[in-house]
Amino acid sequence: MKVAILQTKPRKGDVEANLADLGAAFAQLAGAPEPFDLIVAPEAALTGYFLEGAVYELAFETELLAARIASLWRDAAGAAPVDVALGFYENAGGTYYNSALYLHVAGDAHHVAHVHRKMFLPTYGVFDEERFLSRGRRLQTFETRFGPMAILICEDAWHAIMPTIAAIKGARVLLVPSASPGRGLGAGGELESVLHWRSVLRSYAVEHGVFVVYAGLAGFEGGKGMTGSSQVIDPFGDTLVAAPALGAQVLAANLELADIDVARSRLPLLGDLAAVLPDLLWDSELVPHATPPGAVQR
Amino acid sequence: MAVLPVIEAPRYRPPVLDIDPALAAEWLVAFLRDEMTVRRGIRDGVIGLSGGVDSAVVAFLAVRALGADHVHCIRMPYRTSSRDSLDDAQAVIDALGCRSQTIEITAAVDGYLQLEPDADPRRRGNVMARTRMLVLFDQSSKWNALPIGTGNKTERLLGYFTWHADDSPPVNPIGDLFKTQVWQLARHLGVPARIVDKAPSADLEANQTDEGDLGITYALADRILDLILSGRSDEQIVARGFAPSDVGLVRRRIEGTHWKRHLPTTAMLSNTAINEFYLRPVDY
Repeated sequence: MKVAILQTKPRKGDVEANLADLGAAFAQLAGAPEPFDLIVAPEAALTGYFLEGAVYELAFETELLAARIASLWRDAAGAAPVDVALGFYENAGGTYYNSALYLHVAGDAHHVAHVHRKMFLPTYGVFDEERFLSRGRRLQTFETRFGPMAILICEDAWHAIMPTIAAIKGARVLLVPSASPGRGLGAGGELESVLHWRSVLRSYAVEHGVFVVYAGLAGFEGGKGMTGSSQVIDPFGDTLVAAPALGAQVLAANLELADIDVARSRLPLLGDLAAVLPDLLWDSELVPHATPPGAVQR
Repeated sequence: MAVLPVIEAPRYRPPVLDIDPALAAEWLVAFLRDEMTVRRGIRDGVIGLSGGVDSAVVAFLAVRALGADHVHCIRMPYRTSSRDSLDDAQAVIDALGCRSQTIEITAAVDGYLQLEPDADPRRRGNVMARTRMLVLFDQSSKWNALPIGTGNKTERLLGYFTWHADDSPPVNPIGDLFKTQVWQLARHLGVPARIVDKAPSADLEANQTDEGDLGITYALADRILDLILSGRSDEQIVARGFAPSDVGLVRRRIEGTHWKRHLPTTAMLSNTAINEFYLRPVDY
């Protein structure tokens, strides 16, 4: 499966200009000698991430957006088939989500295979998502022509249970559209937030034997620099390709999907988990506590 | 039995004020380009060059981001300003080859202050700072440029600045760097050593130094501030070996100046109040 990541740097709120940029990127990809099967774009790829109340002006109805993207692809590539995964703010009849769609385009037809609605809406420090948006309620895998996949949006992927559930449900490729404002200058070489991403994504790939395709938004938004750093990690935990934090970028990688089976045969942790999971879940202590045990009053 | 070797972790998490200056410089240059050129379509910046390390660092960053021909460094001495400050500012201009100008603010400041002969040094200093800002914004208008701010995180947290003067430029690359981090960045960028090594001063009064005014060194204040901002209690900070008097001083300054880090307080009367209900990001 030939994958392209579009590390976009959208103009804040200028949807038409950003769609035009997407069309130009499609044209660039369509001209490549080897066709791309899947194009992955970041969270909030067509608007920018920090919108506050403007999210209600800029959210898309899913099918209308899918039709626009399909049309852009046809303008660039004619009848060639492609899949597109892209993060966007969704207007679902007046309820608003931070979502990502998975779209298949072939000839005159297109269909939305899945919409994932971000479940973990960061609302702390610099983040304020749940002030404006509603939470997604389910983590589902979905079928594609390349096998089952799952989408995790940004903080969704900072909770180890999310890739775990996705993998248990059968996902073989995790798509992670993200918009991560960079912070932490003390680590050396890269921002601490970028290093944290690398660390968690690699651990998921290795533990579950999955490909991880991470598409990061780039560009500064009111002083907050989005850390791009798009990357593809294979099921052995090796980074196949990685982008710098700054600037718009295309990443290209060939995913040898058979590697998933090879990796899982070498390190059958997912199979082990499937066997033990019922015992872990059948546990009355899993009922959430009103106060987390061990919290210290400052 | 032989005594087993012991490896013991440090009792406390070590302070994290060391920065990777090359990474910081790369990030801040990208910030200036994105916020000025990409977002606002403005190619030129105006910087008030005091002769101190903060404005020197900003000038070095701005020249990297915009090019020397697009950076206007302005020296704005008052009649009591020290000669050394003026010379150090010139050393930055010479090192960078940027555009420069010297605009004496004495006539403007004294034009007003002669009507207020009893103004104390604090009021006089504020008038100077606000006059300098008036000049910076007007020069920006003249050059179709943007004023670039030079306030660091330490002075912002301690409230050691003139409200709606030093903090007023619309972009500021170093406002999230403590003073000791600005020094690290300055050394990396090649700011003349004399400027990095001298005692910081607002130079609003004769023989004034920041650390004398504040009653604490930056090295100490920055570590205490970092711990306070990380959510540590005074007791936890004192347990790390800091003097209770120093911790108290820093805590009082930060707690007493929250208002200085905000826009003016506006009475809310509707459910469309700006920045309360009507919420739009600055770059929208």
